[in-house]
Amino acid sequence: MTDVSPEVRAAHWAKTKNLTITVLVLWFIFSFVVHWFASDLNAFSFFGFPLGFYMAAQGSLIVFVVLIFWLASRQNSIDEEFGVAEEDA
Amino acid sequence: MKGNFIDNLPKIYGLYTGGFVVFILLMAILEQVGVDAETIGILFVLFTVVIYAAIGWLSRTMQVDAYYVAGRQVPAVFNGMATAADWMSGASFVAMAGGIYFGGHGYLAFVVGWTGGYVLVASLMAPYLRKFGCYTVPDYIGTRYGGDLARLCAVIVLVVASFTYVTAQINATGTIAARALQIPFEVGVWFGLLGILLCSMLGGMRAVTWTQVAQYIVLIIAYLVPVFWMSSKQEFGLIPQFAYGDAIGRLAELEALHKVGEMKPTEAFAGVRALTIEHATAGASALANWKFVTLAFMMMAGTASLPHILMRYFTTPSVRAARTSVAWSLLFIFLLYFTAPALATFTKLQVLDPNLATGIIGKSFSEVASLDWIQKWSNVGMLKISDSNGDGILQINEFFMRGDIVVLATPEIAGLPFVISGLVAAGGMAAAMSTADGLLLAIANALSHDLYYKIIDPSADTRKRLIAARVLLIAIGAAGAFVASFKLTGILGAVAWAFNFAASGLFFPLVLGIWWKRANREGAIAGMICGFVAGTAYLIWVRFMGGAEFIGLDHLRFGIVGMAVSLVAMVIVTQMTKEPDEETQKMVDEMRIPKGATVLSSDH
Repeated sequence: MTDVSPEVRAAHWAKTKNLTITVLVLWFIFSFVVHWFASDLNAFSFFGFPLGFYMAAQGSLIVFVVLIFWLASRQNSIDEEFGVAEEDA
Repeated sequence: MKGNFIDNLPKIYGLYTGGFVVFILLMAILEQVGVDAETIGILFVLFTVVIYAAIGWLSRTMQVDAYYVAGRQVPAVFNGMATAADWMSGASFVAMAGGIYFGGHGYLAFVVGWTGGYVLVASLMAPYLRKFGCYTVPDYIGTRYGGDLARLCAVIVLVVASFTYVTAQINATGTIAARALQIPFEVGVWFGLLGILLCSMLGGMRAVTWTQVAQYIVLIIAYLVPVFWMSSKQEFGLIPQFAYGDAIGRLAELEALHKVGEMKPTEAFAGVRALTIEHATAGASALANWKFVTLAFMMMAGTASLPHILMRYFTTPSVRAARTSVAWSLLFIFLLYFTAPALATFTKLQVLDPNLATGIIGKSFSEVASLDWIQKWSNVGMLKISDSNGDGILQINEFFMRGDIVVLATPEIAGLPFVISGLVAAGGMAAAMSTADGLLLAIANALSHDLYYKIIDPSADTRKRLIAARVLLIAIGAAGAFVASFKLTGILGAVAWAFNFAASGLFFPLVLGIWWKRANREGAIAGMICGFVAGTAYLIWVRFMGGAEFIGLDHLRFGIVGMAVSLVAMVIVTQMTKEPDEETQKMVDEMRIPKGATVLSSDH
């Protein structure tokens, strides 16, 4: 078993959980909430697109890509903060 | 070249991409000197398939960790490309733009679902499974929960989901090969299978990884070039994906002009349909919204449960690389997925706009009937025009086609050279082959590692294990081709079913194994069996027994029922039985931190 104290593990996991919950909330909004209101959003125009259509064809997708890059970098700094990152990675 | 293969990857694939571009130019020159379209199509498909097979041959191996996880040394960016190819199937490449063409906003649920799933993969699964060090997904289930029964349940769900999916892919390779090489479909299926096996058999995951990277490069070039070309012809600028908003507005005017949705077809023809749904209008009812989000959700949960995707993240050098690799995967997938709606929009504009030379709706019937591309695609049964009301004018409800045409025939509709059609065929072939490779390998590896080695004969030596893996690969591939040759389901239906099967049986046992330390063997087994059985039973009920849909959950969404049952069964049974032993709990603690050795060693 890797030499990391239970306290450090618990603190690291608590922070990891918070980050994951944040990510999942954003995921939920851009996966479901936005599209539930697509018909209403279509009343707005975004660079010439009806907004509801734009979000499903492009907007949510861009959010997902950025969200995962952000998650990866945030999680790396959490791992480093608690000294549980891989040594030679 | 100096240094080892991994360090030289950018150089190698840079050269490969350059070589492919030179090949395209060469084909363009051949076209100019009068070589016919059929020959160019054949050259495109044969040339690319031979290259993949050569990469497969060069990557052959007799080492277990190279065969199962590519030696765990695939850099994040390259694994991202391989995952993107693994992910984007014939359905994404050939059918998606056509689906949007006909389905409008409602169909975009697939686009949202097939991208958003990667957020779940990145946040809930991939890095933790990488730290676990398993070779296959059932390997993780079997070790985390312990016992042969849990492992066996996971193998069964995996085989059913992946096999459903792989027959659709072999079907797609057969369709494309048959058309490009001018051979019968039944022969095309076996030709496609041969190509797929050449890529995967000798080198397992290592060979599949490096061919998938090559296939990604071909498929993305093949998808993007026609769209860029077409949009510059229509003056939508260099990056048309950001500039087609006005085209959508124009489509809305044309829809009113041609009475899209108002004029229903009065005749029906097998395999083709007329346009009846407006492009950008979203459903305003709660049921329509519910159908959109449930479909998107099922595709997401399926993404995070499909073993051929999860196992790609076992091949990265570190946990950290596994995480960034998910991000790269989605970026590479995004390039195609945000182009598909643009392509659907442009194609529709080409067909509907009477001001464009390519417009056909509202033109005289005899004039349209004499167009080359109309005749060509009518001859293969993918298109049909019929002057239903006999007024000599082609109306919107008199023009029928198959969705796949949007990608396959767009170059011709827009009057681009033949060389582009050949390129598109090669791209479709790459998309279908790369997904079929990953799926076949996922099935064969689960059967050889989990069923044969872990359950039936744990004393088998390396040689015997790897030979078993290859024999299974051939057998499953042959079974897939055999089933595919009957053309049982449409490509898209079978793909959606695979996602629902995987999510019904595997999603919660996978996620809770990481995120809920209390989850135990009994609960996981109950979750897998109950979820899978309930989902399948519901599918049979709504699809084959004429049962009433429960709140709009049709056969594309049966996993909602399966997942709900799986979660409830897993939680209740876990709570009723005793918590996992200390060793298992420590295993979970180890998964949660990147530092230290993997839970399973490489010789397990």
